[in-house]
Amino acid sequence: MASYLLRRVIATIPVMLIVAIFIFLLLRLTPGDPATIIAGDYANAEQVAQIRESLGLDQPIATQFVIWLGNMFQGDFGESFFYKKEVSELIAARLEPTLSLSILTIILTVVIAVPLGTLAAYKQGSWIDRGIMGFSVLGFSLPVFVIGYALIYVFSVQLGWLPVQGYQRISEGVGGWLYRLILPSIALSVIFVAFIARMTRTSVLEVLGEDYVRTARAKGQTETRVLMRHALRNAAVPIVTVIGLSFAVLIGGVVVTESVFTIPGLGLLTVEAVLARDFPTIQAVILLFSFIYVLINLIIDVSYTLLDPRIRY
Amino acid sequence: MDQKYVLEVSGLTVALPKNADRPNAVENISFTVAPGEIVCVVGESGSGKSVTASAVMGLLPDALRPKGGKTLLQGEDTLTAEKSRLRDLRGTRMAMIFQEPMTALNPVTRVGEQIAEVLEIHTSMTAAERRQRAIEIMEAVHLPDPEKMVDAFPHQLSGGQRQRIMIAMALVLDPALLIADEPTTALDVTTQAQILKLIKEMQERRGTGVLFITHDFGVVAEIADRIVVMQHGRIVEYGDRDDVLRRPKAPYTQMLMASVPSMTPPERSAKTGETAVEVKTLNKVYGKTSWLSKDRIVHAVQDVDLMVRKGETLGIVGESGSGKSTVARCIARLIDPTSGSISLHGTEIATISQSQLRPHRRKVQIVFQDPYRSLNPRRTIGQSLVEAPMNFGMAEAQALKIARDLMELVGLSGDALERYPHQFSGGQRQRICIARALAVEPEVLIADEAVSALDVSVQAQVLKLLDDIRVKYNLAMLFITHDLRVAAQICDRLIVMQKGVIVEHGPTRAVYQNPQHPYTRLLLDAAPGQGMTFGSEIAPAAAQGS
Repeated sequence: MASYLLRRVIATIPVMLIVAIFIFLLLRLTPGDPATIIAGDYANAEQVAQIRESLGLDQPIATQFVIWLGNMFQGDFGESFFYKKEVSELIAARLEPTLSLSILTIILTVVIAVPLGTLAAYKQGSWIDRGIMGFSVLGFSLPVFVIGYALIYVFSVQLGWLPVQGYQRISEGVGGWLYRLILPSIALSVIFVAFIARMTRTSVLEVLGEDYVRTARAKGQTETRVLMRHALRNAAVPIVTVIGLSFAVLIGGVVVTESVFTIPGLGLLTVEAVLARDFPTIQAVILLFSFIYVLINLIIDVSYTLLDPRIRY
Repeated sequence: MDQKYVLEVSGLTVALPKNADRPNAVENISFTVAPGEIVCVVGESGSGKSVTASAVMGLLPDALRPKGGKTLLQGEDTLTAEKSRLRDLRGTRMAMIFQEPMTALNPVTRVGEQIAEVLEIHTSMTAAERRQRAIEIMEAVHLPDPEKMVDAFPHQLSGGQRQRIMIAMALVLDPALLIADEPTTALDVTTQAQILKLIKEMQERRGTGVLFITHDFGVVAEIADRIVVMQHGRIVEYGDRDDVLRRPKAPYTQMLMASVPSMTPPERSAKTGETAVEVKTLNKVYGKTSWLSKDRIVHAVQDVDLMVRKGETLGIVGESGSGKSTVARCIARLIDPTSGSISLHGTEIATISQSQLRPHRRKVQIVFQDPYRSLNPRRTIGQSLVEAPMNFGMAEAQALKIARDLMELVGLSGDALERYPHQFSGGQRQRICIARALAVEPEVLIADEAVSALDVSVQAQVLKLLDDIRVKYNLAMLFITHDLRVAAQICDRLIVMQKGVIVEHGPTRAVYQNPQHPYTRLLLDAAPGQGMTFGSEIAPAAAQGS
């Protein structure tokens, strides 16, 4: 296990390096010059050149890349062109809203989807099953922003129960934090509930046909416990896989939700940074997203060994 | 609770769904099980024996509904009992063990917990008491080192040990009735003998009534007090063991018993044809060590030498893990041997590349164990049969003509080429697999447990067919089996393998009459039903020589 972890961690290095090269080149090969944007509409060519020099953008691309990489290894992600702040500081300030939203959404998703999927599998072919699967098709078909605006319209505008937008830090009170996050979390979770419920249903259905489920019944076990203890646990590996991947997709997809609900997280930061051609910020955020993705995959793989004793690395 | 019978089944009828091939899965079934008695229900697949057991346990699938009759467990009808009452009875008064110990245990739960679960459901013992009781019952079923094994996961145990866990689980609350549904079918013959002994010991010591379901007359002869013979959902014969086995009245029972291959090999003259395949110091090693992980190395096959002549059948017998299938797969180059030589008519094929191997592929063909899974369900029989000849350059029209002829040769209609595998029975599918193997005119035919999944009556027919085509095409046949009765009847010579090594080799009759190696003797002794004489020689053609 330890050697497996070591191998996996070592394997992330080339992955991150390739991602780093890719974003670095991509940003520099797309049109749009940060110096021009920072200098503003009335600057002359000399001023632009000066800004470019101060940002280090006059250097050859290879040199820029080496400097950036070298600094990163020392924990320095550079200074934002636009905000004139350390990128690491910027990200730290924006990380909490994004993680809060993603984690709350995934918890909400799991709490709703797994029981629904299990129930659908158990009642296969009944109206309950058909109802849940019908909802699942609907959930798949609605884009997040449509659900978001619809929820805002009903719960904020019409009923006035929940705020239209904004974010409150968790340090200022869990109640307020939850109050402002609940609507965006629900909006985000719909598609994942649809997806994971379906996955759970398929997975549990397969397991319910297994011999050990029959053995459990032959022992006199109750149906609830047959489901919880014998079926769900054995069906867990594929379910946990999609939960993990959903979480990764969620973090990548916060750009839209944070825009709809005006939550000052990494998603909004990305949008702002892209519009301002803020190279250091964009690079750092995308690297962070990739790193989280790699990390989640590792956690999924390690979780298999906890769920199924037959899996050993 | 002073009942005369622990189980009294009377007039049990269970309906099949509307579009099934017959109206009822079982019809008007009546029999009894007394305390301390073992009643065997025997029959071929589809005879309704498992349905009967499930009906008693209240574990019938939703599609099957009991239509009439009673199943009285100590006087209480389980057919009409409430669900919650049934749950109370299961595990306490009636318990069940199943065929597949590999899949009947929950793979992610420790075996001790699975035994303790029964106690958790039905008693008010504390967790510590349950664990203690689990260890005790594991000891009672003779599991080694139960203190440690109680925390093992199923995959860490052998098949026999898992079946002992199942038995421990079933008996932990001393039920009055134990239903055993083919409990030894998936086990090796030596393990089977031990498990049968254990069931008998438990039943004698605890006075449990046992309903034992099996298709194997050898097992029946070994264990039964009374016998119920079932066919197409009906009881065709019911009586004491010796009456049924020695003086079977029903024609069906007589036919079944005649189909069981005899343990006595017929006299055979040695074959003298030229060598078709010769294997020298064949080795197959799985796993390798690397600097980061110390994987286990398994010598699946070690220094195996063998030779098969044209027109000869060489048997390889052994238990699971003996390497017999690995040898077969190496010869067919379905897997690559680690070292050694395989000479096919003088051509060395052990080491040549895949592209060089291609023209030789057709010379070795295999028929596998499971006819249900070795035919592609989405292709017609015709498509499956012409694929290989066309790969070797034959025109479709000609390939189809050959396929048609082969279907008739294996006893099926040529018109069946349009149909799909699911429209055939297991025996018919195995015939189709044989036809497919023959379609490329092989020189060596490997039958890898080719008759093991078939019912005895069908088994006898397929064995006969295999022997006929061996004679007709002068084929070299390599016959892999774990079944000593089958091997006795069809093989000219025999190789006995244990843990990847050949331990004995000789003419079949000599090996059976005078086994040299202790392991061979162990295998022969473990074959169930030694005391009974079954069947006749399946393949008289073989006895006469070719």
